Amino acid sequence: MLDTLFTKPPRWEWLIVWYFFLGGIAGGSYFLAALLDLWGDERDRSTARLGYYLAFIGVVLSGLLLTIDLNRPERFWHMLIMSERGWPVFKYWSPMSIGSWALLLFGGFASISAFAALAEEGTLRWSWPRAMRRGVAGKTLAILGGLCGFFVASYTGVLLTVTNRPMWTDTNLLGLLFLLSAASTAAACLLLLSHWWTTFAPTLQWLSWFDNHVLWLELLVLMSFMLWFGTVTDWRLNMGGLMLLLGVVLVGILTPLVLHARPGLLGKASPLVSAALVLCGGFVLRAGIVLSAQRL
Amino acid sequence: MAEPMGFYTDTTVCIGCKACEVACKEWNQLPATQGGANTLSGNSYDNTRQLDGMHWRHVKFIEQFTPDRAHGRWLMMSDVCKHCVQAGCLEVCPTGAIIRSEFDTVVIQADACNGCRACITACPFGVIEINPVSKTAQKCTLCYDRMQAGLEPACAKACPTDSIQFGTISDLRGRAQQRVQQLHDRGETRAYLYGADENILGGLNSFYLLVDEPEVYGLPRHPRLPTRRLTWSTAFAAVGAVVVGMLGLLGLRKRRMETVARSEM
Repeated sequence: MLDTLFTKPPRWEWLIVWYFFLGGIAGGSYFLAALLDLWGDERDRSTARLGYYLAFIGVVLSGLLLTIDLNRPERFWHMLIMSERGWPVFKYWSPMSIGSWALLLFGGFASISAFAALAEEGTLRWSWPRAMRRGVAGKTLAILGGLCGFFVASYTGVLLTVTNRPMWTDTNLLGLLFLLSAASTAAACLLLLSHWWTTFAPTLQWLSWFDNHVLWLELLVLMSFMLWFGTVTDWRLNMGGLMLLLGVVLVGILTPLVLHARPGLLGKASPLVSAALVLCGGFVLRAGIVLSAQRL
Repeated sequence: MAEPMGFYTDTTVCIGCKACEVACKEWNQLPATQGGANTLSGNSYDNTRQLDGMHWRHVKFIEQFTPDRAHGRWLMMSDVCKHCVQAGCLEVCPTGAIIRSEFDTVVIQADACNGCRACITACPFGVIEINPVSKTAQKCTLCYDRMQAGLEPACAKACPTDSIQFGTISDLRGRAQQRVQQLHDRGETRAYLYGADENILGGLNSFYLLVDEPEVYGLPRHPRLPTRRLTWSTAFAAVGAVVVGMLGLLGLRKRRMETVARSEM
């Protein structure tokens, strides 16, 4: 009998599934926006701004979801400050501890970038945030925020691994898988929203190219993840396994890859359908992994 | 630091009276479940069922019968937090609510816990749960308040057969070894100690004398720390981040090259 089957599930349910999904999109969007800002064209900046807005909305929602999910939400600050002594609490070996700090830090970066983007667009009249979109300050912000964004996108997978639940703790791939899914869903979200946003056509092509390649990587890692298990076999046959096979592999990865390769299949709707399916796949991936290991 | 203290539970003399459960509930003021209504498990004489936030002691009834019930035996074991020397719950707790006391026991501070539930799934023994009254994670404290006053924990005090013994770890290990030898001499060669040495999580400060496989008692054979995959899973994610970043740059470079090629045509 598996040693991990003696543990109890933590009852991390839909709020956590949504957090993993939205936190991934927030982190991935920021990373992509930072790439466009640092190495893209001047005309890519519109999509970069969209990325920062998405990151800001995503990180705010993430914080709310995490707080509501606590059994004592009014003590959310105990994640950062030791309640008795008032000192910061930071345990680098605890993904939840380091993730709380990363989320706070990322929230700061995403807020500054979103305000700076609003100022650049002219929606905000303040002049100081505009400086954060240019020069050394802008570059530094993009680099730090992008790294922090990817950390937020992937630590959630590592957090699941650093437990004693079967399936979560039986693999080293969850952090990597969530990171790839964050990159693909963020690109898909930007592609989808670009339909209603002024976007430079080559930016869309880049996003589409990027998403296509990340989906291949995601497929590779997801299949390795599913084949990793020599001992826990039954979950592949239960609802979780079915969700991953049908909802993620078939609907969320293979169908968008086919639509990328044959864009004529659905005409003009192809990119939109493809992006929507990638988003669905990203959500089902989180739901399948988070929920099924707790039903074992 | 005071000398490490703990429990040694000799399951061979447990009679399943549940005095320990009652004493624990009384001393720690743990409320009854479902308003005290008597709900039966339906598949066992064990109606406590499990350790959780309101049951810090649980006497397991392991009923081993042949299908015709002609032969059988009862194994009984008073289960509790193992107060591991290398405690998974303490490792992952992000708030610092879980501490190691001066008696080398593991204690959850209810006023610091925010109910994130990371410890629940980190514990390899399934000991911790949320107490629905305090809404924080709770488990046995090895009667920290009683120990500070020089008293033994309520469960050990109440145990009528001395199945639960309290003392310094070194003393308990000595007593347990003698008991195993005594049982072996009497022909019960299946007797062995679970968690009395450092092989299981650096040693369990609540260890057991068992006469069957650990799994029969609901105990993992090789419990492990949750952080055992931290380094590699982080490394995989970091490599993934570099690959994805390079992929993005490659795409932008490809686009630039195509633009240059088009402009030269």
